[in-house]
Amino acid sequence: MSMKVATRQVDGITILDLSGRITLGEGSVTLRDAVHDVLGKGSKKILLNLGEINYIDSSGIGELVSGFTSVRNAGGELKLLNLTKKVHDLLQITKLYTVFDIWDNEASAISAFK
Amino acid sequence: MPDSTTSRVSLTLGSSIESVDRVEQTAQEFAERAGFDEDTVPNIAMAVREAAVNAVIHGNAYSPGKQITATFETNSDSLVVRLTDQGAGLDLNKIPDPLAPENILRGSGRGIFLIKAFMDEVHFRQLHPGTEITLIKHRVPAQPPA
Repeated sequence: MSMKVATRQVDGITILDLSGRITLGEGSVTLRDAVHDVLGKGSKKILLNLGEINYIDSSGIGELVSGFTSVRNAGGELKLLNLTKKVHDLLQITKLYTVFDIWDNEASAISAFK
Repeated sequence: MPDSTTSRVSLTLGSSIESVDRVEQTAQEFAERAGFDEDTVPNIAMAVREAAVNAVIHGNAYSPGKQITATFETNSDSLVVRLTDQGAGLDLNKIPDPLAPENILRGSGRGIFLIKAFMDEVHFRQLHPGTEITLIKHRVPAQPPA
């Protein structure tokens, strides 16, 4: 199953609801394009909802990091929402858990944007 | 019921993402058949996938003229997966530590780290040309009845 993205706006925040797999190839490219598309439209506050991501590989992790740095370099913020246990564990192992701003409640995550 | 008998499968595949997916799927099937638990099976499959990705991308550089081979073997002690590519070879000393502060925000370079995190043994061998990586996950011995 490849990755799918649904985009919505809440209080000026762009929420990307991701589902499926973020892996080398289609999944990583889809995520990269989605983040760049949001940035290209001038939105710099992005919340990635990973609640329906059932698999991610090192390429997918790398794409999350690249998205994070792209948004930050553009003067924006990218936060993560609803990590599955698998993604949570991978971010812990790779020491990225403290790099990202991670939330398990959408309303709280939205409030956390400056 | 875990299958403790020895079984072996070898695949020779092209340098493509489809090959990576097939190697991962085969690893998952072997790990399930070997009786690894539901937390360990996906970790084994991921480690093997990462090794296949390295073989296809960094080893063979997607070259249509080069192939990867993947050999899966289960025995009474462990699951052993060997992957080979036909690339220029791998210098382990040049692989940066993905946990180092200067590398933590890199967009790549975590594959071998994850392989080592999820497998019990990882061995590299240079084939001149090519690289062979061997991934081993030991079966947990059955607990004696209380």
